[in-house]
Amino acid sequence: MNIPVKALCIATCMTLSGISLGAQTLTIATVNNSDMIRMQKLSKTFESEHPEIKLNWVVLEENVLRQRLTTDIATQGGQFDVLTIGMYEAALWGAKGWLEPMTDLPATYAIEDVFPSVRDGLSVKGTLYALPFYAESSMTYYRTDLFKDAGLTMPERPTWEQIAGFAKQLNKPEKEQYGICLRGKAGWGENMALISTVANAYGARWFDEKWQPEFTGPEWKNALNFYVNTLKESGPPGATSNGFNENLALFNSGKCAIWVDASVAGSFVTDKTQSKVADHVGFTFAPHQVTDKGSAWLYSWALAIPTSSKAKDAAKTFSTWATSKEYAALVAEKDGIANVPPGTRNSTYTDAYLQAAPFAKVTLESLKAANPKDPTLKPVPYVGIQLVTIPEFQAIGTQVGKSFSAALVGQTSVDKALADAQTYTEREMKRAGYPK
Amino acid sequence: MTLQQSRRLQSVLLGTLAWAIAILIFFPIFWMVLTSFKTELDAFASPPQFIFTPTLENYLHIEQRSGYFHFAWNSVLISFTATVLCMLIAIPAAYSMAFYETKRTKGTLLWMLSTKMLPPVGVLMPIYLLAKTFGLLDTRAALIIIYTLINLPIVVWMIYTYFKDIPKDILEAARLDGATLWQEMVRVLLPISKGGLASTLLLSLILCWNEAFWSLNLTSSSAAPLTALIASYSSPEGLFWAKLSAVSTLACAPILIFGWISQKQLVRGLSFGAVK
Repeated sequence: MNIPVKALCIATCMTLSGISLGAQTLTIATVNNSDMIRMQKLSKTFESEHPEIKLNWVVLEENVLRQRLTTDIATQGGQFDVLTIGMYEAALWGAKGWLEPMTDLPATYAIEDVFPSVRDGLSVKGTLYALPFYAESSMTYYRTDLFKDAGLTMPERPTWEQIAGFAKQLNKPEKEQYGICLRGKAGWGENMALISTVANAYGARWFDEKWQPEFTGPEWKNALNFYVNTLKESGPPGATSNGFNENLALFNSGKCAIWVDASVAGSFVTDKTQSKVADHVGFTFAPHQVTDKGSAWLYSWALAIPTSSKAKDAAKTFSTWATSKEYAALVAEKDGIANVPPGTRNSTYTDAYLQAAPFAKVTLESLKAANPKDPTLKPVPYVGIQLVTIPEFQAIGTQVGKSFSAALVGQTSVDKALADAQTYTEREMKRAGYPK
Repeated sequence: MTLQQSRRLQSVLLGTLAWAIAILIFFPIFWMVLTSFKTELDAFASPPQFIFTPTLENYLHIEQRSGYFHFAWNSVLISFTATVLCMLIAIPAAYSMAFYETKRTKGTLLWMLSTKMLPPVGVLMPIYLLAKTFGLLDTRAALIIIYTLINLPIVVWMIYTYFKDIPKDILEAARLDGATLWQEMVRVLLPISKGGLASTLLLSLILCWNEAFWSLNLTSSSAAPLTALIASYSSPEGLFWAKLSAVSTLACAPILIFGWISQKQLVRGLSFGAVK
C-alpha cells in the first residue's frame, strides 16, 4: 500500500470515528399505539435531517412503561432521554423537579397554536413540562343504521338518560346486538375514567374543598346507580372484563349500538380494515346530565425529558420536532391527513382534515371545552377531569374501581360499593396526610 | 369380556385420555399460532373462527417494526450463558451435598429453595440501584447474573436428587482405582447422570428464556430479550391480538424446536431414578 492510500485510509478512519464519537444516541420510551408507531417509522426523516442524533426506541406496554419510568426517574437511573407520559405523570413529576421545563421553545414551534387546555394539563404553576404528541377527549359513537331502522334520532348533545333510553330500545341480545358498551374493567384508567365523567355529569365530585371524599352523597349514588342499571339492562354480558380494546372489538364487529369512550377510537371505528360497521358510525358529544362540566375527559400523551438525561439538548430537538406542525405535515404527506396526531394544535383542524376525519369536529369542540382546573359542578381542590392529579390517586382509583366493578357484577350493592369506596378513600387520604 | 379384550379396552381408554389431555395442553399454543395468521378483526371475532383467509401481514409488520433477530440473539446469549454458569456452580454444590452430607445439608437446601418464595418485586429497587451503581442497566451481564442466581436453587435441588440416586460405591470404586476428584466427576459421575443433567439444563434454559419480570425492568434496548419484544406488542388503545400472537409464536419457536430435538434427554432425565 503506498503512502497516499495509507493516508487516505487513516483519514477516513479518523473521520468515521469522529462522526461516531460525535453522534448522540437518544433512548426514547414509548407505548404501542398507532400514532407512536407511526412516529417511530417517520423518525427516519428526523435522523436524516440530524445526522448527529441517533434514535433508539423502547416500546413498552402502558402499565410496564409507567412502572419502568417511575423506577428510572425516581432513582435517577438515566436510562431514557425522552419519555412518553400522560397528563397525570407530567403534573406530578414536573412538580417534583424530575422533568426538564419545556422553556425557550423556538418561535417556529408556535406554542400558542397548542390548545390551552392541553398546555394547562401538562403544566405545573404555569411551567410546561411536556410537549403534547396527541390529545383525546371522550365522545359518543353510535350506529346510524340501527338508529335509522328504529326511527331514533341522536341529539347533538345527549343526556345520559336519553342514551339509556336509546340503548334499551336497541338492545337485542338474541341477535347479539347490545344497546350500550361502556368500560367495566376495574382500574383508575379503565372503568374509573368513564365513571368519573358520568359522576361529573351527575354533579358529583371526588373530594370536597377539604379533601373529604363524597361517595356517600346523592350525586355519586345517582351516577353509580345509573351506570350499573344501564349496563345490566342494555350492556353486553361480562361487561366487567371490558376495557377500551374489548369494547372497540365489540363495536367494530357490530355488537354495540352505542359506545361512549375515547375520541381516539374515531379513526379505528371508521377504518374499513378493522371495522365491519365503518360506514354506519355516527359521532356526537359525550353525554351530560345535570351539568356538562367534566362530562368529557381530557388526556394527552406527551414527550418529556427527565432531568437525569445526558442528552437534554438533543432530546429537546427531537421532542419539538415530533410535536411540531412540521411533523403533522409530514404525516399528512406520507400517511394521509386523517392520520395526523389529533387534539393538540389548532392548525391541525383545517377544512381538509375536518372532511377526512368525520369525528374531528366533535373531538375539537370537546377538547376546547374540557377544563381540568374546573372539572365539576361544585368547586374542588384538585386538577383533573377523569382523574385526580395526586400521587395517591392510582391506588385509590383502582381500589374504588374494583368496588364499583363488584357492584356491576352483582357481588355487592351500589350502596355498599359506595360505602366501601368512602371508607377506603378516607383512610388512604388520612394516611397520606390530607388536607395538606 | 376376555382378559385380553379388557386389557385392549383399557389401553384404548388410556390412550384416548392421554390424547385428550395432550390436546387440551397444546390447544393454547395451537390457538396462538392460528391467531397469528388472522387479521386483527378476525382475531377478535365472536364466535372464534377456525376457518379464515390466512395472512402474513402480522409477521411482516414485526419484521418492519422490530429487529426480531437482535432480541432473539440476546435471548440465546443470555439464556445459554446463565444456564452454563448455573450448571458450573450447581454441579459441585450438589456433589458436595449429595455425597458429603452434613447435619446442615437439608436445612441449607430448604433455605436455598425458600429464596424462590420471595416475590421478585420485593427486591426490585435494591437490585435496580445495584445495577445502576455498577453500570449494568440494559446490559446482558445484569440479566446473566440475575438469571444464574434465581435459577440456582432449583438447579441445585434437581442435580442433588439425581446424584442421591447414584450409589456411593461406584464413586468409591473409582477412587480405589486411583481416580482423582476431577476424574471421579468427569469420567464417572457426569456420564452416569447425564440424562438428569440434560433435563436440568433444559429446564434452566426454558426458565431463563421465559423470564419476563427482570428483563422488562433491567433492560431497555441493547440487552432486551424476546420477552421484552412480546410485551411491546400489547397496546392500550387499538387491537393487537393477532400481532401479539405472531410475535409470541416467533418468540416460542426457537425454544420449542430446541425442546423437541432434546426431548429424548428430557424424558430420560425426568424418569431417571424412577425405576431402580
